[in-house]
Amino acid sequence: MDIRKDKGVLKWVLIVICFVFLSVFLLLPLVYIIATAFRAGIQGYIKAVTDEYALKATWLTIRATLWAVGINTFFGISAAWCLTKFAFKGKKLLSTFIDLPVTVSPIIAGLIYVLTFGRQGPLYGFLDSHGIQIIFAVPGIVLATIFVTFPFISRELIPVLTAQGTDEEEAAALMGARTFTIFRKVTFPHIKWALLYGIVLCTARAMGEFGAVSVLSGHLRGKTNTLPLYIELLYQGYDFTGAFAASSILVIMAVIILILRLVIEQKGKKEIDINR
Amino acid sequence: MKRKSIIPGFGLSFGITVTVLSIIVLIPLCSLVVFTSQLSFSEFIYTVTRPRILSGYYVSISTAFIASLVNVVMGLILAWVLVRYNFPGKKFLDGIIELPFALPTAVAGISLTHLTTTNGWVGKIFYDLFGIKIAYTRLGITIALIFIGIPFVVRSVQPVLEKIDLQYEEAAFILGADRRTTFWKVIFPEILPSLISGFTLAFARSIGEYGSVVFIAGNTPYETEIAPLLIMSELQEFDYAAATSIALVMLAIAFVILSVNAFIQSMVSKRVSGLA
Repeated sequence: MDIRKDKGVLKWVLIVICFVFLSVFLLLPLVYIIATAFRAGIQGYIKAVTDEYALKATWLTIRATLWAVGINTFFGISAAWCLTKFAFKGKKLLSTFIDLPVTVSPIIAGLIYVLTFGRQGPLYGFLDSHGIQIIFAVPGIVLATIFVTFPFISRELIPVLTAQGTDEEEAAALMGARTFTIFRKVTFPHIKWALLYGIVLCTARAMGEFGAVSVLSGHLRGKTNTLPLYIELLYQGYDFTGAFAASSILVIMAVIILILRLVIEQKGKKEIDINR
Repeated sequence: MKRKSIIPGFGLSFGITVTVLSIIVLIPLCSLVVFTSQLSFSEFIYTVTRPRILSGYYVSISTAFIASLVNVVMGLILAWVLVRYNFPGKKFLDGIIELPFALPTAVAGISLTHLTTTNGWVGKIFYDLFGIKIAYTRLGITIALIFIGIPFVVRSVQPVLEKIDLQYEEAAFILGADRRTTFWKVIFPEILPSLISGFTLAFARSIGEYGSVVFIAGNTPYETEIAPLLIMSELQEFDYAAATSIALVMLAIAFVILSVNAFIQSMVSKRVSGLA
């Protein structure tokens, strides 16, 4: 007899509560976006999503996301390698600093860049004399996006590398393998799925960041408006069909990301089972 | 034990990690500190105790607290159902829990707002039947924050619940405990630390949340103005001193919340390992 079995009634009541709660809070908003996006018919939808400014905003969002994912992947791999393969002083402090950005409100993230690179900041004279504009321009948007997704990849890699230990790398190093050979042939196969998982999470957050980007964007239509900011602009101009049509692009990306996440999780699990 | 590792690449990975960390996180945070040191203390106190600012803190903290409490209850039920029961649609339910991570906050914000205005699909029902307004009230803010916080509690309780050994429940059963006693006396104490840590993560995130809240809040001074929005409006008026002062208090609040959690977790792990 399985003592974990609840009586039928309680089980189904709880399951129904879950379905109702998630339907109302998660699915209804999704359905609503799609329904409102198509309110003006297919033609209206296509017109809204192929609008010149919508396309420019989408392109800027893709660029900022690629930058953030690229830099954070590069950083995440170095940080995870450094924190898991070596023992050194200040390790704990370093990992605390890496995790710090997720606990900071996005608005404050934007604020600290304004203070650093803005008119009253210490670097402004230098930047201005070289004609470099960071805040209220694309570099600011990219920096903010990197900041809010900063630990996403290293956080996925560190547990995997910790569990794997350092024996294999030590053996490879003793046999004379060079740094990149060790990484490519020994470490990488272990972290493949975790890395992909981190990239997916990073992409999700990067393309949707609103608060930090909103502080640092000049809100110039077609120049410094990312997709979420463009949606806000349309919404505040009472162009609801346009706003929801542009939102539907992000909804589709979000659904793709959720599916990818599940697939990667399954593949990763399977591989671990086989290796055992 | 200190010894030189045989694995190469320490200098390289450490260098990359510290350089990127400095550019993205440390230097901007330092400029916050430098800028703060230029503020006069009386000015700082004056700014953060203005009634409108205090009310902003109150609105942010109280709505975030209530929303996180709701998420603790629902998160526990969701985790329980996902771990203990088998039913059609379980995979689907598990998959959509991450939706608030994947869906951009601004998109969630406009969708929830439209659904809950007095003309919206959900808002109309509540307004006609009970005379309750959701959008543009604190209730609306709470709803948006519940949406944002759903994954935190579920994802922190779920793995712990999965690991609870059947033996404990068998022992309780043999000693004559019924299902309810077993849950409250055996299972609940095991998952309590993960519930608390899920709560603090959701709470800390909710206090700083901007994108999803700013649309549904209506932003009426003293009523539905949240603290991050106050920072934003000071920034738009280029009053960096005021923006920084408000931000410092918010950072302090986040720090306190996370420290309390860290303290509770360390107490629990001591108790479990029998040191206290």
